[in-house]
Amino acid sequence: MADFLQSAGAFVVLMVALGLVRVARGPGRADRMMAAQLLGSGAVGALLLFGAASGESAVFDVALTLALLSAFASIAFVKFAMRQDQPASDEEDAG
Amino acid sequence: MRLLLDAFSIVAIVAGAFFYLAGTVGLLRFPDAYTRLHALTKADNLGLVLVVIGLLPQVASVLMGLKLVLVWLLVMLSSAAVSQLIARSARRKETRP
Repeated sequence: MADFLQSAGAFVVLMVALGLVRVARGPGRADRMMAAQLLGSGAVGALLLFGAASGESAVFDVALTLALLSAFASIAFVKFAMRQDQPASDEEDAG
Repeated sequence: MRLLLDAFSIVAIVAGAFFYLAGTVGLLRFPDAYTRLHALTKADNLGLVLVVIGLLPQVASVLMGLKLVLVWLLVMLSSAAVSQLIARSARRKETRP
């Protein structure tokens, strides 16, 4: 069972890493932030899988902290984007 | 009984991994910010929820199971709030659909 949990966690990490292509490509800042949000939730899922595979309960605490930090990162982004809203936008995309 | 629980875990975790795959493919392939947000929330909610449900029979103690449920609740709360905020910021900032 531990082998299966390890490989499922590795698969989730691979998927999240592929999703990071959106950070390089994404036209708007919201798209880049969405990839970061996917990274946060995928990393939480992978940490839970790895923690259950190794039976190490400290990894669950790491997952809890990471969930909190990724929520704070997105909230900080939204505060920043709202504050920058009034002046002329810097990367307006006509597409 | 053990075999049954293991089979349940494998089915739920494979389904969760599939939703992570779907979230990534959607984030890469969908055309605008709103549809991408739709794909992202699928991965956030369904992927993590199915992984947590699949892991629940595998943990050693009740305390660890409670911690799993706590992680799940925190991610549900934060991803719901953050998805609303990102959609609002995208609607102000980017082109409308």
